[in-house]
Amino acid sequence: MANKERMALRGIIARNQRWDLIVGTVGLLATALGVIILTLLFVDLVLDGWHRLTPDFFLNFPSRRPEEAGILSAWVGSALVMIVTAFTAVPLGVAAAIYLEEYAPKNWITELIEINVTNLAAVPSIIYGLLALGLFVYILGFGHSVLTAGLTLGLMILPIIIVATREALRAIPVAIREAAYALGATRWQVVSDHLIPYASGGIYTGVIIGLSRAIGETAPVITIGALTFIAFLPPIPFSGDPPAGPFDWLFSPFTVLPIQMFNWLSRPQSAFHVNAAATGIVIIVATLAMNGIAIWLRSRIRSKLKW
Amino acid sequence: MNEPRKPESNAAIVTEPLKAETRKFNFYYGDNHALKNVDLPVAERRVTALIGPSGCGKSTLLRSFNRMHDLYPGNRYEGEIRLYPDDVDLVSPTVDPIEIRMRISMVFQKPNPFPKTIFENVAYGLMVRGEKRRSVLEEKVEEALRGAALWDEVKDRLDDLAFNLSGGQQQRLCIARALAADPEIILFDEPTSALDPIATASIEELIAEIKEKVTILIVTHNMQQAARISDYTAFMYLGELIEFGRTDELFVRPRKKQTEDYITGRFG
Amino acid sequence: MSDAMTAADKGGGSSSLYLDRIRTMRHVRNGKERIIEAILFVAAFCAVAVTVAIVAILLYEASTFFAHVSLVEFLTGTEWTPLFERASFGMLPLLVGTVVTSFIAFLVAGPLGFLIAMYLSEFAPPKLAEVLKPFLELLAGVPTIVYGYFALLFVTPLLQKIIPGLPGFNMLSAGLVMGLMIVPYVASVSEDAMRAVPMALREGSYAMGATRFQTAMWVVLPASFSGVMAAFVLGVSRAVGETMIVAIAAGQQPNFTFDPREPAATITAFIVQVAMGDLPHGSIGYQSIFAVGLVLVVITLFFNLIGQMLRRRIREVY
Ligand SMILES: Nc1ncnc2c1ncn2[C@@H]1O[C@H](COP(=O)(O)OP(=O)(O)OP(=O)(O)O)[C@@H](O)[C@H]1O
Ligand SMILES: [Mg+2]
Repeated sequence: MANKERMALRGIIARNQRWDLIVGTVGLLATALGVIILTLLFVDLVLDGWHRLTPDFFLNFPSRRPEEAGILSAWVGSALVMIVTAFTAVPLGVAAAIYLEEYAPKNWITELIEINVTNLAAVPSIIYGLLALGLFVYILGFGHSVLTAGLTLGLMILPIIIVATREALRAIPVAIREAAYALGATRWQVVSDHLIPYASGGIYTGVIIGLSRAIGETAPVITIGALTFIAFLPPIPFSGDPPAGPFDWLFSPFTVLPIQMFNWLSRPQSAFHVNAAATGIVIIVATLAMNGIAIWLRSRIRSKLKW
Repeated sequence: MNEPRKPESNAAIVTEPLKAETRKFNFYYGDNHALKNVDLPVAERRVTALIGPSGCGKSTLLRSFNRMHDLYPGNRYEGEIRLYPDDVDLVSPTVDPIEIRMRISMVFQKPNPFPKTIFENVAYGLMVRGEKRRSVLEEKVEEALRGAALWDEVKDRLDDLAFNLSGGQQQRLCIARALAADPEIILFDEPTSALDPIATASIEELIAEIKEKVTILIVTHNMQQAARISDYTAFMYLGELIEFGRTDELFVRPRKKQTEDYITGRFG
Repeated sequence: MSDAMTAADKGGGSSSLYLDRIRTMRHVRNGKERIIEAILFVAAFCAVAVTVAIVAILLYEASTFFAHVSLVEFLTGTEWTPLFERASFGMLPLLVGTVVTSFIAFLVAGPLGFLIAMYLSEFAPPKLAEVLKPFLELLAGVPTIVYGYFALLFVTPLLQKIIPGLPGFNMLSAGLVMGLMIVPYVASVSEDAMRAVPMALREGSYAMGATRFQTAMWVVLPASFSGVMAAFVLGVSRAVGETMIVAIAAGQQPNFTFDPREPAATITAFIVQVAMGDLPHGSIGYQSIFAVGLVLVVITLFFNLIGQMLRRRIREVY
C-alpha cells in the first residue's frame, strides 16, 4: 500500500475515532450525571433528616407535635404487613413457577398463564389497590386491616417471585433432571430433592427483591384506605384484657412506613418534612439493604454455581 | 532414503516476497500461554494454511494478525508480526488496531452477516471509511459481489435482509464484505466448516481466484482442503509451530514425526 | 425400560424384593403425584385469577358508574369534578395530566437511559460496567415515595429559582423526577437488548476496522433496535402508572392544561386523592376511581403488549 493511501486511511481513522471519543465521553457523562443526581438527592434527604434518627423516633407514636412524633406504629405495621405478604406470595409464587417450568404441558392454558404473569408484572401498583378495595375491603369484609394490606402487596409481588423462581429453575441443566429420573425418582422427587434446593439461592433473591418492593410501596396501601394517624399497635396475641386472639392483629387497623412519610410530607409545616425525610432514610436503608443482599446473593450464585 | 537436510529458517523456504511474518511470537490469554515462539512467514498473494489439532492455537494466531484480541481485556502479545512492505510490527502498541483491521480483513467460521440488507453488508467496510457517495458504493459492491461469485444470485435483491440468504451464500457475502474493503490480507477461520460440500467447493474456488489479488491465511481442519487450496502449510501443535513448508512438500515428505502422524490421521 | 425390569426380575435376589415394593407403591405414588400436580396447577392459575379479579372488579364498579355518566361525556369532557355538588365527569384533564407528566419523564429517561445503556454495553471498560450495573439496579429499587420527596422539596425549589412564579405543585418537577426514576429501568432493559447481540456480529464489524461508535450505531443498535424501543415503551408505561411522585409534587387538583408549569392531577393522583378522603362505598365518587382505573389499565396494557412484542422479536432473531 502506497504511503499516500496509508496517510489518507489514518486521516479517516482519526476522524472516526473522534466520534468514539465524543460518544464515549457523552455516555460516561450521562452515566455520571444519573449517578451524581441520584446521589445528590440522597445526600439531600440524609442532610434533612438524619438528626431526627434518635431512639425516641423509633419508639414514639405519631404526634401533633413534630418534635415528639415517631414511627413506632409505622415500622411495626410494615413488619406485620411484610409477614402476611411473604406468607401469601412465596408459597403461591414458587408453586406457580414450579408448575409452569416443570409440569405445564404445552397448551393454551399454559400459554394463557404465561401471558398473564408477564402482564401482571406490569400492572400499575395502584390498580392492585383498587382490586383490594373492591375485593378484600368490601366483598370479603377484611376492612382496612393488616391482612388486606399484606394480601394486596402479596399479589403485587407474585409475578416477581414467579419470574425469579422460573429463571432459577431454568438455569439447572437438563442433565441433572435426567440423572435423577434415571435413578427412578418421580417428578415431585426430582423437584423437591433437587430442583428446589439447587434453585433456592435464586428463589431467595427473588423473594428479597419482591419484599423490598412491597415495603416501599405506598399507592395500593393508600387506596385500601389505611388510616394515617395510628397511635397504637395491633394487639399482641393472648395479651390484654380480654386476651386477644392469636390472629386478631391481622384485622387491626395499621399504618406503614411509606404512608407515614406521605402523611408528613403532605403537611405544610416544614418541621413535619424533617420527619418525612427521617422516615425516608429508614425506608431507603431497608430497601437498599434488601436489594444489596439480593444482588450480592445473585452474584455469588453466579460465580459459585457453574454447571 | 531421506537425506538429512540443512536446517533452514522458515522464511527461507518461501520463494515469493513476504507479505507478513511473525517473529518469536507469543500470545497469552491472561496466564494461558497460547502461542509459543511462532515464526511464520506469509507469502504475498499466496494461500498459507494453518493446520493442527483442535486447541493448538490456530484461531489464536490468525486473530492476532488483525488484532482481534485487543477487544478483550487480559490478552497479551509478545514478539512481532511484521507487515510488509512498510515493515511495521502490527502488534506493537503504537500501531492502531483499527488501521490494521482496515487493511487485514477476516472471514469467520460461522457466517455472521449484519442484520442489514445485502447491499449495506457489503458496503460496510466503505461506510466505515466514511464513503457516502452512492455511485462509488454501488460500483464497489457490485465488484465485490462479483468477486465473491454472488452477484448473479443477489443482484435483484440487494435490498433484502442478508439473513434470508442460505448459509453458503451468507459466507460468500461475508467474503464479499471483506473484499469490498480492498484488504491486503484476508484471514479465514475455518470458513467452510459450517457449509455443505457444494457450498464448500464454491468457496474454495473463490479463494483460488482471489489469491491473485490478495494474500490469504486460512485455518482449516480439512487436510484435503489444505492440500487443494494452499501454497504453504504450517502445522501447529500445543501452541507451537511444529513445521512449515511448501504444501506439496509438507504433505508428501513431512520432516517431523508429529506432522506425519497428524496428516496421516494417526494422531493420538 | 420394561426390558430392564424383566431382566432384573429374573435376576431375583434382594432387588426383586424392592421391585415388588415399587410395584405395589406405584398407585399410591401416582396418586400423590397427581395431587401435587393439581395443587401446583391451582397456584399457577392464581395468576390468572388475579387478572380476572382485577378486570371483574373494575368492570363491575365502572359499569354502575357508566349507568350514571355517558361514555361520551367521560371521554370528551374537559371538566372533572366528580366530588362537587354539581359534578362533571369529563376525564380529559386527568388524561392530559398523565400525558404531560409521562412525556416529560420520557424526555429525560429516553435519551439518558439509552446513552447509559450504550455506554455500559459498548464503551465502558468491563470492570467499570460491572460496578455500575448493580448500582443501577439498586437505584431502580428505591421506593417512589422517596422520589416524591425529592420532587417536592428539592427539585421544585430549585426550579423556582430558574422559573420565577412557578407554583409549589407543578407537572414539570414531577415529570423530571419521574424521568430520573425510570432511567435505571430504561437503561437496564436497553442494555440487556444490546448485550443479546451476538459477539460474532461485533467481531465482524471490528474486523473491518470499524470503531466502537461505528459498531454501536451500525451493527449493535440496528440489531437491538426493537429491544431498545421496548425499553422506551415499557418505561413510558411505568410513568403512566406511577402514582406517588405525581400525587406529591404535581398536586391533586384536575386542571385541563398542557402547560407543564401548572399544577394538575393525573389519573393515579386522582385515585389517591379520593382514597384518602374516605368516600362512602357505593357513591358516584367512589365508583369514579374504578372508571378511571379501568382507563389506566387499558393504557398501560396497550403499552406493555407493544413492549413485549418488541422484546420478543429481538429474542427470536438470536
Ligand atoms: N478467550 C480465551 N481465553 C482463554 N483461553 C482461550 C481463549 N480462547 C482460546 N483459548 C485457549 O487457547 C488455546 C488455543 O485456542 P484456539 O481457539 O486458538 O485453538 P484452535 O486451534 O483454533 O482450535 P479449534 O480447531 O478447535 O478451533 C486453547 O487451549 C484454548 O483453550
Ligand atoms: Mg479455532
